[in-house]
Amino acid sequence: MARMKFLCDADRCIDCNACVTACKNENEVPWGLNRRRVVTINDGKPGERSVSMACMHCTDSPCAAVCPVKCIFQTDDGVVLHDKDLCIGCGYCFYACPFGAPQYPKIGNFGTRGKMDKCTFCAGGGGPEVSGSREEYRKYGSNRLAQGKLPLCAEMCSTKSLLAGDGEIIAQIYRERVLKRGYGSGAWGWVTAYHEGIST
Amino acid sequence: MSSDSLESGWLGATAMFRRGVGLFVLLVALLVAAPSGAQEHSPDGAFAPDASAVKEQALLEQEARIQGRIDIPDRRAAVLIQPAGRRWDYFHEFTLHWVGAIVILGMIVLLALAYLIMGRIRIAAGRAGKKLVRFSFFERFSHWLTATSFVLLALTGLNITFGKLVLLPVMGAEAFSALAQVAKYVHNFVSFAFILGLALIVSLWIKDNLPRKVDLDWIKQGGGFIKSKHAPAGRFNAGEKLVFWFALGAGAAVIVSGLLLLFPFYVTGIAGMQIAQVVHALVAVVFVAVIIAHIYIGTLGMEGAFEAMGTGEVDLNWAKEHHDQWFAEKQARGELGNRSA
Repeated sequence: MARMKFLCDADRCIDCNACVTACKNENEVPWGLNRRRVVTINDGKPGERSVSMACMHCTDSPCAAVCPVKCIFQTDDGVVLHDKDLCIGCGYCFYACPFGAPQYPKIGNFGTRGKMDKCTFCAGGGGPEVSGSREEYRKYGSNRLAQGKLPLCAEMCSTKSLLAGDGEIIAQIYRERVLKRGYGSGAWGWVTAYHEGIST
Repeated sequence: MSSDSLESGWLGATAMFRRGVGLFVLLVALLVAAPSGAQEHSPDGAFAPDASAVKEQALLEQEARIQGRIDIPDRRAAVLIQPAGRRWDYFHEFTLHWVGAIVILGMIVLLALAYLIMGRIRIAAGRAGKKLVRFSFFERFSHWLTATSFVLLALTGLNITFGKLVLLPVMGAEAFSALAQVAKYVHNFVSFAFILGLALIVSLWIKDNLPRKVDLDWIKQGGGFIKSKHAPAGRFNAGEKLVFWFALGAGAAVIVSGLLLLFPFYVTGIAGMQIAQVVHALVAVVFVAVIIAHIYIGTLGMEGAFEAMGTGEVDLNWAKEHHDQWFAEKQARGELGNRSA
């Protein structure tokens, strides 16, 4: 079974935000929420780098560990999904997430959080809905994985900075790239998410 | 060779030397000014586009969280990576579970032992049958407002930490989720009743809770737990005063940290919320344990104590034994009354 991962090659990211737009459109993510975002480090200085970030689908996912209703789990493909029927919107997964992935619609006074929303690796939802059904799409967005397709953010990436897929394969692609061009600023977030970097 | 050419040759050498020195000075100045400056070239002289690139590991060694500029309007999402999330996970799933269980269950075990060894503290002289007003209706209202909201907050708070270990396996996922959802709203809204209750309690009783010399005597005499000794006290004894000041301090801590969590991103970012949650949880666990002890001594642990907060009136002999100075003041002011039970 493949272990699905994201990899952002920061030396290639041009901060075009096509991944952000593709994600919002493909999954019809509600207004005010963003499952993916691009952050530019050292903006305007020599050596600035942009990194596209969403849920990294961590090994030993901290969000799943801290969830007080245990609604977050990891599939056999390594994709971290959650059941919105069970989620109570407490915000704990946001405190625990190293990547700021969980998002909450504001549904009331103060900062009352609604049910959590996050990147599903375009793999539908973790609820009881039938895979690929209309109900699943409405709650969680696209289920491209069930159709044999990879997440649209990575598929759309014009510089192929953002890679999605079998962790072994995308790590190999990155290794070969770094070998050929002679440099690489590393797979951002991998050590925190997967307890391992990519040796090049 | 003419003298002219000799002279020009000498001048040329001097100029070259000067230029050489100047270049050397410039080079040294550059090296000193920018010892770790960006190297545009790799060791073999080729242009290296990544030479000055920011590196994740280097950034994480400098700061706990990597942040940058973000294009989308949600500026809160500008924190890119925060490994501290995993440390908060460890606190919540390991430290808090064990500290919470040990402190709260430990207190219950201690109180059970106290009950088994010492038993109930009786009114030594028996009931006088005459009553004395200890708490007014408004004082009792303030106490019970705080008490009810505290119990609700404690139960719903414990549910969010321990519910998945205790209730979820019994109730099943759907029923437990529905309960936890209600518990979340109860916790969020009842908090305001607790704030009001605590504010009332503090303003009503702070005067009688200021430390006095008699408090030292009360402690020296064993706080009324040693049957052969009499522990003197005013309206509130040193033990009650400790509970009062603890409730004020811990209450302020859980209120401030709780409001920070109730209004996410209003004041603090993610780092502040993680710290607020740790403070909130740890203080609350100790608060719950202390209040369990407070409930024990006010009900099961001491004869005649509950009436003070129940009906507001205590037995005359209870007042003499536990609050002799307060009793004397009441007597001097002629407020004893002649109500019989």
